[in-house]
Amino acid sequence: MSDLKGNNKLSKSTFISFAKSLASNRLTFSVVVLLIVVVQNIITTPGFFKITIANGLISGYIPNILDEASELVIVTLGMTLVTAASGGQDISAGAIMAVAASFCGLMLNGSEYRTDVFHSPYLLALLVGLLGGALCGAFNGFLVSKLRMPPMLTSLILFTAGRSIAKQITHGQTIYIMNPVYKWLGVQIPGVPIRTTIIVSTVTVIFITLLTRLTSLGLYIQSVGINDASSRLVGLKSSVIKFLTFVLYGVLAGLAGLVGSSSVGSVNSGELGLGIEMDAILAVALGGNNLGGGKFSIAGSIIGAYTIQAITTTLYAMNVRADQLNVFKALIIIVIIVASSDVFKTKIKHFTQKIFSKNVSVGG
Amino acid sequence: MEKLKQEQNNSDCMGKQPGHNDEAGPSLKMIGIGKSFPGVRALNNVDFSLRCGEIHALMGENGAGKSTLIKVLTGVHPMDEGRVYLEGNPVLVRSPQDAQRYGISTVYQELNLCPNLTVAENLFLGREPLKRCLIDWKRMNDEAECLLKELNILAEPTAQLDSYSIAIQQMIAIARAVNTECKYLILDEPTSSLDADEVQRLFDLMRRLKKNKVGIIFITHFIEQVYEICDRITVLRNGELVGEYEIENLPRFELVKKMMGKEIEVLSDLSVHKDESSSESEVPVLEACNLSSGASKVAPFNLKIYKGEVVGFSGLLGSGRSELVRTIYGADKAVEGQQFIKGESVTIKRTLDAMKHGMAYLPEDRKAEGILSELSVRENIIIALQAKRGIFKRLSRKEMEKYADEYIKLLDIKTASKETPIKSLSGGNQQKVILARWLLTNPEFMILDEPTRGIDVGTKTEIQKLILKLAEEGKSVAFISSELDEMLRTCSRIVVMRDRQKVGELTDSDLNQETIMRTIAGGEQ
Amino acid sequence: MKKLFVLLLVAIVTLGLVACESPTTGTPSKSGGLITVGFAQCKADESDWRKANTNSVQQALSKENGFDLILADSNNDAAKQVSDVQGFIDQEVDYIIIAAVNVDGWDTVLKNAKDAGIPVILMDRTINASDELYECWLGSDFYGEGVKATEWMKKRFSGGTPANIVHLQGQLGASAQVGRTEALEDAITANGWTLLAQQTGDWSTDTAKEIMSSWIQQFGSDITCVYAENDNMADGAIQALEEAGMKAGGDDGVAIISFDANRAYLQMTLEGKINCNVECNPLHGPKVAEIIKTMESGGKPSKTETVEESAFFYDTITQEIIDARQY
Ligand SMILES: Nc1ncnc2c1ncn2[C@@H]1O[C@H](COP(=O)(O)OP(=O)(O)OP(=O)(O)O)[C@@H](O)[C@H]1O
Ligand SMILES: [Mg+2]
Repeated sequence: MSDLKGNNKLSKSTFISFAKSLASNRLTFSVVVLLIVVVQNIITTPGFFKITIANGLISGYIPNILDEASELVIVTLGMTLVTAASGGQDISAGAIMAVAASFCGLMLNGSEYRTDVFHSPYLLALLVGLLGGALCGAFNGFLVSKLRMPPMLTSLILFTAGRSIAKQITHGQTIYIMNPVYKWLGVQIPGVPIRTTIIVSTVTVIFITLLTRLTSLGLYIQSVGINDASSRLVGLKSSVIKFLTFVLYGVLAGLAGLVGSSSVGSVNSGELGLGIEMDAILAVALGGNNLGGGKFSIAGSIIGAYTIQAITTTLYAMNVRADQLNVFKALIIIVIIVASSDVFKTKIKHFTQKIFSKNVSVGG
Repeated sequence: MEKLKQEQNNSDCMGKQPGHNDEAGPSLKMIGIGKSFPGVRALNNVDFSLRCGEIHALMGENGAGKSTLIKVLTGVHPMDEGRVYLEGNPVLVRSPQDAQRYGISTVYQELNLCPNLTVAENLFLGREPLKRCLIDWKRMNDEAECLLKELNILAEPTAQLDSYSIAIQQMIAIARAVNTECKYLILDEPTSSLDADEVQRLFDLMRRLKKNKVGIIFITHFIEQVYEICDRITVLRNGELVGEYEIENLPRFELVKKMMGKEIEVLSDLSVHKDESSSESEVPVLEACNLSSGASKVAPFNLKIYKGEVVGFSGLLGSGRSELVRTIYGADKAVEGQQFIKGESVTIKRTLDAMKHGMAYLPEDRKAEGILSELSVRENIIIALQAKRGIFKRLSRKEMEKYADEYIKLLDIKTASKETPIKSLSGGNQQKVILARWLLTNPEFMILDEPTRGIDVGTKTEIQKLILKLAEEGKSVAFISSELDEMLRTCSRIVVMRDRQKVGELTDSDLNQETIMRTIAGGEQ
Repeated sequence: MKKLFVLLLVAIVTLGLVACESPTTGTPSKSGGLITVGFAQCKADESDWRKANTNSVQQALSKENGFDLILADSNNDAAKQVSDVQGFIDQEVDYIIIAAVNVDGWDTVLKNAKDAGIPVILMDRTINASDELYECWLGSDFYGEGVKATEWMKKRFSGGTPANIVHLQGQLGASAQVGRTEALEDAITANGWTLLAQQTGDWSTDTAKEIMSSWIQQFGSDITCVYAENDNMADGAIQALEEAGMKAGGDDGVAIISFDANRAYLQMTLEGKINCNVECNPLHGPKVAEIIKTMESGGKPSKTETVEESAFFYDTITQEIIDARQY
């Protein structure tokens, strides 16, 4: 007790500095938002944390969120890297997903629109799909890194044309792949109780984290994003690094496309991953990353992605009426964005400052 | 009512003229200022005062807290403790815009202009002349033209800012600050990238403002400039106030002692060991034959640099001295000519090639080309070495920390920790970090473009010593500095540039102020 | 140089796309006593349904049948479609058929058509314009489709099983969504069924699956019926059910109602996963021909004309029925 008293002043100042460093930490904000969503669910959604095993699969609201966020998580990883390196956003993820899945579907189904048998080996088809994604990414990357075009503008080309290309690949049809093996990637591998999507997204997150941490890629990406000129002078090939992030983005979007089409057992190029790029940008921003490039936090982005999915799932679970759903989503997003804006933060800072200075003057 | 108030305000400063004259007492007063950043106490109980119509020097080593004091005053950072009074009234300055409203105009150490806007847009940013709610472009450009002419700045109002050198950008930043109706003008190291002529022009301007009763705070590391123009000096050391002095009462060596807290070695002790004058038979470390660059338009030049040699590059701003060394390093693409390293022909397509051949290049523009602002001191130090090693041979965290610690100690870099982002270091300490970055790559041939810019007197000597030590160890150095005596003290040969051409090489007995100036100016006497 | 290259690249990409889908504009001949009809299709190959729709019109309005059909495919470009229609007016065709890309922006061009005395038939899509500007609208009776489905539900839930319905709506505001939703809501009030939850799945398999998974968490085995307003969403719901270990369709599973009856989903109906699939008939051709013939002979069609539509049930559908259909 006496100890406490003696350290009162110290503990207060350490608390303040702790709070300050917490407030300046990029991760804090996204964690807080996620926590709010979770708490909200504890109140409004009975059985939110209930986990059961149904049909040999772990299921419940939370596994649902993890499952349904997986495509977004994978795309967000790519978006994080592209944003960090180029200081811009690539909006062609949805289109790339469609292209990659279409390649894969074409390989598996041949020209049939609905079949039980694979026309080529499963793994080969997946690889071709990823390659398709990589090609799309390389196209964007080339325009951005070599020709110095702004990423948003560049990716507008694939954003508008990508789905038409995908449609040409599938001859304008929705392809239904009835072989149960096709659903391994997007639903379940027989005997494994965890949804494959959750496994795939987790593995991808780990892979990208290791890739950026164990090699110097992460450092290089940040350098290039912060200051292109400085980076070039210290011997970094900034165009190569940017190009690389776009290719990675393509591959990741391709993977998301394969996962997404596998989870519904069909390739519908008009529908797959529609609008996912916008959610991914939002996730990156929510994660405390600067959309102007530079330092990035994969953990933040991932939390951002899960937060977005958690919000959607929550709204479904609350049975919000369909015509109000988007209004609610937009409102929540506006609140989050305003709360994370610099102007708002400085306002808060000034406010707390006022309170503190009042305290001081009263005390003194 | 409004108007009356304003007049009253004005008269506070001007009105007392007849009776009290300049000795009217301080017009700007800061008392008991304290400011902490995570891990550092940047300012501790500092008092400062500025009178109407005086030029007041703020002096101190790198990281002493000069810029922080300015930033606290102008509302960039909130202060932890202390009070600010303007004309006797306590004020709370919350933001630079606020400061502007109180009549405080500031040129910060790190220029914050917009490189991709035009000169005129930069001059009038935030207070563009309007015509029916739209920007009156014509008037804006005309006024900009007048302003530029008045200050003798050679810049087109409609040209993009980043098409000009930092010297001109610096002058534009100053023009922007004096253009607003100001009662107080703050200049944080405005002269670090100006040449002698431009400094004189700036001083003329400052004297004119002084006559108009503007109070000026002037921060610099050039002691001579302080004695040329200032009335009083305030000295800071490690965030503490050392004292406030009338200029007459503080001789130079006393000032330096007050800043450093110890006696400084006499600079003239340093001298080049010019005994082993490199023989012609020896193979040069670096040789350029007819090298010329495309974009920066440096005329073809020949150059040989030998082992253990410090070669200076001199010339006016814009003479092409920086561009020449950039071409050697591959930062500007060479369009013709050949390069040899230790006798072997090499092609340098990009900077990494140059680094692999043992070169290092410390660029002139620290903010635009040097620092990686958001990265930590540690990352900024190891980045060049890491780039040289390649993406897969990542330095372990331990190695990085070891190197960072080593160089922080070696160069006495003042930083809260090695994980502090470099942008929160003081200007001079940022420069030291960049120097550390290149020393770490253990280069054979180092190009240093203005390495002592923004560095305090004490450290300047340290860096000059370091350059000589490198040469002694058999490394070669190309050295550019706007301060001639600094080059004379270290270089064994000086290359003179004029109009993007190499016009001469001076050695031995020609190495003196007069000959160099003559060669720079035109040679024909 | 580089800029040029980029331009070239972009041009190639765009050209490549356009070339694949360039409109097939016929010659504006008005000879030989043929009736010239201009057909402004929104996007001829948008989906199987749209393809069948285009084919049907082309076949019904063939030269042998006494028509000269000019097809203009606007490729979902609203502006192009308006100018296509203006083109028809300039060519002085006898009739114009429009499957509109956009609901708005039709006033001027339809007025021009009216002034030129060319009757306009709207097909399948509705628009925002005074109904004096067009002769008639031909399309599906979405409410009627919904009624066909609820009729089947009445039979299914007459035997004591409670009707606990979850409802996957189409994109809100689409005419198909409005009609089908209205029919269900009317039936719910009339029969005292329970509506557990209602949400829009935006016509998408993926979204529908996501929503259905959430409902399964919430209501579990209480759900006895899924009313999905198109095939894709029914597909998503079925997958969610199956992954949760619940049976979809059949005699004792969760009853699945679907609409559109695309071939792939008729197959699912045959497999028993969809209990009731109400078609959305794309074969507008014969009806269009009939309307034009009526007008040629001085008659006047009613403002709203609908095509015949049928429903398919899991216990009565056969492979032959599926094979006989073209979409
Ligand atoms: N934003 C910041 N965050 C953390 N520390 C800071 C920040 N700004 C300044 N500091 C620290 O405060 C101290 C004083 O810095 P300041 O920039 O005032 O020095 P200075 O006297 O202007 O030096 P220089 O001559 O090098 O410009 C330094 O140790 C610096 O690291
Ligand atoms: Mg400073």
